[in-house]
Amino acid sequence: MNTKPSQERGLTALDGAMALIVVLLIVQIWLLSATLESYLAGNLDAAIPGAILSGILFLACFGLYLFVDRVDSEVRKG
Amino acid sequence: MKLFRKPSSAPLWQDEFPVFTADERYVNRRQLTKFLTLTSFAMLVGNLWVLLRSLMYRSHREAPLVVASTAEVPVGGVKLFSYPTAKDPCILVRTAAESYLAYSQVCPHLSCVVYYSKERNRLECPCHQGVFSIQDGSVIQGPPQRPLPRIALERREGQLVAVRVEQGGA
Repeated sequence: MNTKPSQERGLTALDGAMALIVVLLIVQIWLLSATLESYLAGNLDAAIPGAILSGILFLACFGLYLFVDRVDSEVRKG
Repeated sequence: MKLFRKPSSAPLWQDEFPVFTADERYVNRRQLTKFLTLTSFAMLVGNLWVLLRSLMYRSHREAPLVVASTAEVPVGGVKLFSYPTAKDPCILVRTAAESYLAYSQVCPHLSCVVYYSKERNRLECPCHQGVFSIQDGSVIQGPPQRPLPRIALERREGQLVAVRVEQGGA
């Protein structure tokens, strides 16, 4: 049985979500640099999958942002 | 915000200094997450820009272009041109009386400009000593991992015409 108060659990969830956003962002930065390098080298085939993957990563970040926004406001309300 | 402000019974408009530096610099979780999400959006915009440039490049990739007349370039000589766009430097090399070869001049390693070494009969990149075969553009030595893109040429009434870019295998 979890005896942690709801505020503390909320903060743990926020920290986890923010850490996940940071990881996704690092992956996205790497993806952009790899796609750009490939494009500058004359290989045009990597642009489409790169853009699709970047879009998916952005949507994941945006979803996590909405989650953090909602939980943070709930935690502040107590 | 309240953590950094001195508790005061006076209303805010009566404070002598109502703006606190510590308050101004305080970033809460929502602001940080919003900043990270906007950074993610910027990365997406970057990828979409690469995609757009790639699609624009493809659209006029196959347009033929007259490069030179067959008599214009002597044996062992070169002529520089741009294909398929003005920003894509290429090099035409006449290796024998009836042999014309053309390649992109952009090194696939870090985009330096390669040149033709007549003494060694090969294409060389001066930046990191990458060397490419003049016969097929394949890598002979150095850091490049991919061959030079080859420009396919056709002869039309005594003129050399670039017709397409052929990407070599890895």
